[in-house]
Amino acid sequence: MTRIEKIRGALQLTLQPQQIEVEDESHLHAGHAGAATGRGHFNVKVVAEAFTGQSLIARHRMVYAAVDALMQTDIHALSIRALTPAESVAQSSSN
Amino acid sequence: MDALERIKQQVTENPIIIYMKGSPDFPQCGFSARSTQALKACNVPFSFINIFEDEEIYRALPKFANWPTFPQLYVKGELIGGCDITLDLFQSGELKKMLDEAVASGKKAA
Repeated sequence: MTRIEKIRGALQLTLQPQQIEVEDESHLHAGHAGAATGRGHFNVKVVAEAFTGQSLIARHRMVYAAVDALMQTDIHALSIRALTPAESVAQSSSN
Repeated sequence: MDALERIKQQVTENPIIIYMKGSPDFPQCGFSARSTQALKACNVPFSFINIFEDEEIYRALPKFANWPTFPQLYVKGELIGGCDITLDLFQSGELKKMLDEAVASGKKAA
């Protein structure tokens, strides 16, 4: 299983999102101090009903909690966009 | 004083403080660089701790506010978030408001 699949799986299990996008950006950080640990940099976009009514910090905590085990083994840094389904629709129509 | 107590003291004594890799002038991580750029653009004084210079703080910080990554921005003792949240708040204009208010209330207290 690739790292992207592991991250998708962990998010799917905990947050039951409508949409998950995971991008591996590790190649952009090769040679960086964090890259030496062997863990990667990832961008995730998660659209989930579970975020409704939650502050930004609470949403990010929910994402971190979902991938907690992978933070030790596969993830060095995670860039997170956590949207509710309503926000996701609003964003895509304004773009 | 153990590391968690030192963090508690730092975030209490400094109305705006960022725990980062490197310094605002020589950041050693892209996320730390982007976060401090946003803080600088808000034109308010802020404190920083270079976590590479304090191994104890580096290890203890993720436990302090249950947040696993760096940088971490604290305003008036409260964790605001990491790079993504800092930039989101900057873009919406909320960061500037929040920081100005923290500076103003810090002056009143002093």
